[in-house]
Amino acid sequence: MGKGKRAHFDPSRPPLSSADIMSKPDLPHDHTPPALYRPKPEGSPRNQGEHLIEDTPIGVLITTYMSYFFLIVFGHVRDFFGMRFKKAEYKNLLEQNGYAPLSSGFDTFYHRRLYMRIRDVFNRPITGVPGRTVQLLDRESKDFNKTYQFSGKTTEVLNLSSYNYLGFAQSQGPCADAVETTIKKYGVSIGSSRMEVGTLDLHQETEALVARFIGCEDSMIVSMGFATNSTTIPALVHKGCLILSDELNHASLIYGARISGATVRTFKHNDAKDLEVVLRKSIANGQPRTHRPWKKILIIVEGLYSMEGSIVNLPDIVALKNKYKCYLYLDEAHSIGAMGPNGRGICDYFGVDPLEVDVMMGTFTKSFGASGGYIAGRKELIDLLRVHNYSSVHAEAITPPILQQINTSLRIIAGEEGGDEGKTRIAQLARNARFFSAGLRKLGFIVYGDTDSPVVPLLLFHPAKIPAFSREMLKRGIAVVVVGYPATPIITSRVRFCLSAAHTIEDLTYALQVISDIGDEMVLKVSQLRPVADEE
Amino acid sequence: MSTYGLPPPLLVNGFARDLADSLVVAVNTTVAVAGQLYTYLPGHRILALYVRASYQNDPYRTLLEVGLIVFMVWYVLREKYKPGKKNLELPLSEKEVQELIDEWEPEPLVAPLSDVQRMDLDKAPIINGPSGPKVKLADGKERLNLASYNFLGALNQESTKEKAIAALRKYGVGTCGPCGFYGTIDVHMELEKEIARFMGVQDAIVYSQGFSTIGSVIPAFSKRGDIIVADEGVNFAVQIGLRISRSKVKYFKHNDMADLERVLQQVAREHRAKKNKPLTRRFIVAEGLYIDHGDICPLPEILALKHKYKYRLILDESFSIGVLGNQRGSGVCEHFGIERDGNVDITAATTANSVGAAGGFCCGTREIVEHQRLGGQGYVYSASLPAILAASAIEGIKYIESHPEQLALLRGHATVFRAALRKNLTGGGPPAMVDIEGEECSPVVHIRLIGGGGGDIAAMRSSSSATAAVAAAAAAARAEEDRVLQDVVDEVLRNGVLVTRAKYVEDHDAMIARPRPSIRVALSAAHSRKEVEKAASVVSAALKKVLKARR
Ligand SMILES: Cc1ncc(COP(=O)(O)O)c(C=O)c1O
Repeated sequence: MGKGKRAHFDPSRPPLSSADIMSKPDLPHDHTPPALYRPKPEGSPRNQGEHLIEDTPIGVLITTYMSYFFLIVFGHVRDFFGMRFKKAEYKNLLEQNGYAPLSSGFDTFYHRRLYMRIRDVFNRPITGVPGRTVQLLDRESKDFNKTYQFSGKTTEVLNLSSYNYLGFAQSQGPCADAVETTIKKYGVSIGSSRMEVGTLDLHQETEALVARFIGCEDSMIVSMGFATNSTTIPALVHKGCLILSDELNHASLIYGARISGATVRTFKHNDAKDLEVVLRKSIANGQPRTHRPWKKILIIVEGLYSMEGSIVNLPDIVALKNKYKCYLYLDEAHSIGAMGPNGRGICDYFGVDPLEVDVMMGTFTKSFGASGGYIAGRKELIDLLRVHNYSSVHAEAITPPILQQINTSLRIIAGEEGGDEGKTRIAQLARNARFFSAGLRKLGFIVYGDTDSPVVPLLLFHPAKIPAFSREMLKRGIAVVVVGYPATPIITSRVRFCLSAAHTIEDLTYALQVISDIGDEMVLKVSQLRPVADEE
Repeated sequence: MSTYGLPPPLLVNGFARDLADSLVVAVNTTVAVAGQLYTYLPGHRILALYVRASYQNDPYRTLLEVGLIVFMVWYVLREKYKPGKKNLELPLSEKEVQELIDEWEPEPLVAPLSDVQRMDLDKAPIINGPSGPKVKLADGKERLNLASYNFLGALNQESTKEKAIAALRKYGVGTCGPCGFYGTIDVHMELEKEIARFMGVQDAIVYSQGFSTIGSVIPAFSKRGDIIVADEGVNFAVQIGLRISRSKVKYFKHNDMADLERVLQQVAREHRAKKNKPLTRRFIVAEGLYIDHGDICPLPEILALKHKYKYRLILDESFSIGVLGNQRGSGVCEHFGIERDGNVDITAATTANSVGAAGGFCCGTREIVEHQRLGGQGYVYSASLPAILAASAIEGIKYIESHPEQLALLRGHATVFRAALRKNLTGGGPPAMVDIEGEECSPVVHIRLIGGGGGDIAAMRSSSSATAAVAAAAAAARAEEDRVLQDVVDEVLRNGVLVTRAKYVEDHDAMIARPRPSIRVALSAAHSRKEVEKAASVVSAALKKVLKARR
């Protein structure tokens, strides 16, 4: 299902490559971009309405639970009989010849009974650049998604799924040219860790650039975004310390918190009030059992939550951290480049001094079209991390071509290269994000997140709608990401649209039309809010 | 209620349909009986009519509604999770809380650097230009590079650069998404196939960083309650994996098979003692070539024990692919002439070292690989490997396979280097000042001071029992060793050769073992025999000079 050859989002107008769009910044706009957010003067309360998360309608809630109930009951019934009558098929689940099964419990149940039904909507392989459009490799399954056969053909579809916020996923243009030169000069790899003999002059140059861009004294680049979190946190906190982590933090932050050996407590998603309650209680009670005072407390939040589209309430959290003498770790994986009038992330968006945040973390996999991550902060912090971060000491250094992509894209965003191109990309993304999420809300969908967020989650709820939505979109020539349990709470399965500066207003108008049609077919327009009047 | 509640795939499934039909029959009878009973109730007619009509229109709907009622009843009556009633928190008044908060003084986020850390930071070399067999440092002078892991000389070959540029022009740089969400490119699939073929197994999965690979692989399989028996010499990345897995980890003495068997027997005894305990997953974790020691794991013996005690074997081959093996360089299995398939269950390695690219992989049976596509944290929650690097890795594997003569050359270098070092230091007999660690044919050479008090692995691991004074003394001795070795490295550098101390992270909890300080030399087939001999004489001269001055 969902692999129709007619899949093309507009046959009359073949899709341009993303490079085409980006090299023509003066595209005719039939939509004036809304004014960018300007930090409000100190002390003025933030517009809380932007943050609203709509409750799930009760009817939807019940039918969704029912759906899972049936899926699970039937799954168990099938397992019950299968394990008795079709032993061969279930041999991986049973004890064999003295070996315990490799996976067991809910993991395998979930995999076989829920995931396998809809496996075709995940891991869709692609070729080429994941830019404004993306080329899917056509595949087919004859055995209910166990294996796939590739036809050798590809289908080009509109890409609402890649984290290509500023449109830097490009194989042409200034970044790619610079990367080619660097490959010729530096080669592709280094063969050592940063602390041993893996530091090149290019690392130093790019790290200075990153520090300047973020507004910190120094920075350090790690070869993987996930590892940036998972290996930095244990360098900062350890046994006897407390980590206060937003309940929806990314897996890499949780991984890092777990190896660190520190005590981990969570607070309600983006809820400064709850954070304060937890903070007061934790400081007053000290460490578990011994009640010794904590050595230090590290609050860990993300700038933009990629599953929720919510922007962290940074001003309030900074105030709390100062009031209670804690330290703040801000993961800007999705917000750096994509948020703020200058693309400098959440601090830029709110007008908060980046030095108020102790540890600024971000990744280059999203807005920069590169790979890896960074930590920026005061010089002492970065000095310590260079000798104490696991990646810095043990992992392969980030490679020259990737560094060059970071270097050039960063300079473009900062306006040090390419004139206004950086500004144009930032403005285009902001315009696209507002246009698209406002459009969805107006259509009556339940949409989470801030109106400024370039990731827009639309709620699907029912498990059956997860594959159905994705397949229907694909039939109409649009690639989307759908997520369900366990990546989201069981009720709130969703589709997540990622906007990009590479999209045109026509692309988004087409997408809104398609989503609206599918929404009608699948009864997705269940928002009970009055449609908001046009903003500004 | 809409039919949306029932997922369509359910109905097309024959098995499920049969079952649903039989349930419908059961519901039918129940409804009939219940209908009789309901006639006693007021308003029974309407209810009965409704049930009958709805059943006639859509039997599945009735089923659904009954299910809903059952579900609701279960949901309301089920035992709710109640956190322990005991209140562990101190009953404090608001005023007391405020006082405690005011009094609290945290440690600074950043502890001051220790002397050794400061030294490491100041002395980390900076390379101007590309890395390779020879590198230019910031002072503009060229040095022979015996520090990078460029064992076979695959690093930055012209053919690799060409492939990388071709990939750049087709795919761009970043993949802008994890594998699950349109981040799987055809190059990844090709690389996975290449790796599987090269390693002689069914399938492989590619991660975006070598270091993080094993740290995702181990917890994907070994969960809470499972048992891991690990060599105590495994490298840092593996130890992270062990630590995050929440499994029961037991260590055996480095490369000591008698000790391994002792631990396996102990686990078996403990298991027998607990009756009715379900069988847990059990793993042996080892490294192909131990980067922290330079020696090779005795694979045949490990396999015999693994099969005997029914453990699965997880092998980190980060430093042995492209190093061990006579024909193809596919690692420790080839070295011992053993089939990988059916013996080593899980192999993880990086493609950053011998392969000359970046990223990592895990390979094994299809089941092992597929499991990680949902359960490997670094795979699921991280953007996929850039196409440039995947294409370079494919080229790197080709290079390894097509250069068997380099493998022989590398082995030759290892023997020559060790022999020259020994000869220069003592004139033939065993060197009096340093241990030269590692197997004869291994290109990883550790040079450690004899009699240094830098603490061994076992002492570090049980340091919780050591007193603070003992620990401080050990730390001071270790720092002294580090300083002496750094002097040697500096002296070597002045004479035109780049080597490095093996660097480790100081762990707060001493949960992670650090081997004793050493200078680690990584030989490369990209060097000539002459260059290797020169390096050996420079290193031994520096050792003599520094150690003599110290005495
Ligand atoms: C909040 C957050 N942190 C870290 C990461 C990991 O970054 P990378 O994909 O570069 O490994 C992600 C990516 O998904 C993320 O969303």
